[in-house]
Amino acid sequence: MSQLKESLTKGKFVITSEIGPPKGTNIMPHIEEAEHFLKGKVAAINVTDIQSAVMRFGSLATCRLLVEHGMEPVLQMVCRDRNRLALQSDLLSAAGLGIENVLCLTGDHQVMGDHKDAKGVYDLDSVQLLAAAKGLTEGHDMSGNKLDGTPNLFLGAVVTPESEPVEPQIIKMKKKILAGAQFFQTQAVYDIDRFASFMDKVRGFGVPVMAGIVVLKSAGMAKFMNANVAGVKVPENLIEEMKKMKTEEDKIKKGVELAAKVINGVKKYCQGAHIMPLGWDKHVPSIIAQCDLS
Amino acid sequence: MITSTSKSFETVLENLKGENKLFLVGCGDCATICKTGDEDTVKAMKAKLEENGKTVTGWIVVTPACNVGKLRKEFKAVKQQIDDSDSILVMSCGLCVAAVIDAVEQVKPVHPGTDTGFGGETIRFGQFTERCSMCGECILEDTGGICPVTMCSKGLLNGPCGGYKNGKCEVDPELDCGWMMIYERLGKLNKLDKMEPLRKPKNFAKWKRPRKLVLTDEQKFGKKKTTNE
Ligand code: SF4
Ligand code: SF4
Repeated sequence: MSQLKESLTKGKFVITSEIGPPKGTNIMPHIEEAEHFLKGKVAAINVTDIQSAVMRFGSLATCRLLVEHGMEPVLQMVCRDRNRLALQSDLLSAAGLGIENVLCLTGDHQVMGDHKDAKGVYDLDSVQLLAAAKGLTEGHDMSGNKLDGTPNLFLGAVVTPESEPVEPQIIKMKKKILAGAQFFQTQAVYDIDRFASFMDKVRGFGVPVMAGIVVLKSAGMAKFMNANVAGVKVPENLIEEMKKMKTEEDKIKKGVELAAKVINGVKKYCQGAHIMPLGWDKHVPSIIAQCDLS
Repeated sequence: MITSTSKSFETVLENLKGENKLFLVGCGDCATICKTGDEDTVKAMKAKLEENGKTVTGWIVVTPACNVGKLRKEFKAVKQQIDDSDSILVMSCGLCVAAVIDAVEQVKPVHPGTDTGFGGETIRFGQFTERCSMCGECILEDTGGICPVTMCSKGLLNGPCGGYKNGKCEVDPELDCGWMMIYERLGKLNKLDKMEPLRKPKNFAKWKRPRKLVLTDEQKFGKKKTTNE
């Protein structure tokens, strides 16, 4: 059974993290890094699916490698690149390869990536993908055909608490739950008060929410995200704190400290934190060490 | 209204390589509005082709040039000119190219003179915008009359992705997010509850190409034709 599911069901405050496969076949260094820095420290490891629409090594294969190295993956699946036949087939494959956790997302538009001339598929949207996946767990495909072997899947979805307006996100979150979402990981959270008020609106849905933590690497990165990434708002005071850091070492220290501070801050409002280190995998243990997870 | 834009003259010339005598067809409807196949543009094309050593055996602007029956009728008057040509250049949308192929008796090359765009709403003279993708299964009833299939860059049916910022789509800061438009309009109409039901995936069997529509006699003439009539 999925450890992630078990921990969330027991009401533990759960930490997950994330890796992004490389552009090319050099996957093993990433698996080794995960083994070194994440294994045993987080409940599960998300593997992004052709993240930012930049073509790269596959999520499903990476997830299987994590399983083989004794780690629990969360398979991310986006709707951009596959139609309903391929998506359902990959869900069956995932289950067959010992992967239970699946995070269903829409996916960044193809023009955001490095194959801007690609055809976007979006045969299903994230809500419909969740419904299809849930159907599979009930023993039938989207056309109602009976399966020969039913997958066990723990289905997750995403929500963006800092979207403005947030109401459409909340409406969609409800739909995702109706469709089959059993847990949520959020887009990056920095402002505890705003996150608390978001949680007030969705706590009644009764589905565990894990706050998304994007580790700040520099003031420049924060400013870039504020200007360019929808639904991400790094408060000015955090940017100021980051700005004071001159050496690389100090920046790492500060980034780690701020990430832990957010996790400690959101802890009483939600069921977990999902750390997106964006390449800073090796600093995840220090973040966790600074969290009060008792 | 079907939008079209003219192919560059160089491309047209390249496509006409080896064919010296041409007959031109314009359209008095959409292509006239888009200035790709109106009388003036057809005449200007004739002059330019002649400057480049081609012979134009004749030309015609048919309203609309996507109607095979209409084309057949009007082609009668220019039969000789069409007979004399090596090929036909259609200065209108792809529908007109197909209709011309179906309408001419002679088997000869028919060239597209434009790139066909989309079914567009006319905002004002010379300004068109895509609002419907002609999906065959209209859901405007539930989306405040704004089409997510067309107005959302990803064609999402169950609400917005996380990519909207200041009402704009992640794809382009100039582009309105279709779902924000729907959300705002439903809000103003006091019908936000329309966003709540789960919407099933589109039935792409309805989009199976090429599509066809054939009316029954009853639909065409209002009542069943009887032998007595
Ligand atoms: S749903 Fe959209 S694309 Fe389909 S018919 Fe209606 S307006 Fe056109
Ligand atoms: S930002 Fe809006 S229009 Fe763009 S893909 Fe997302 S929901 Fe669709």
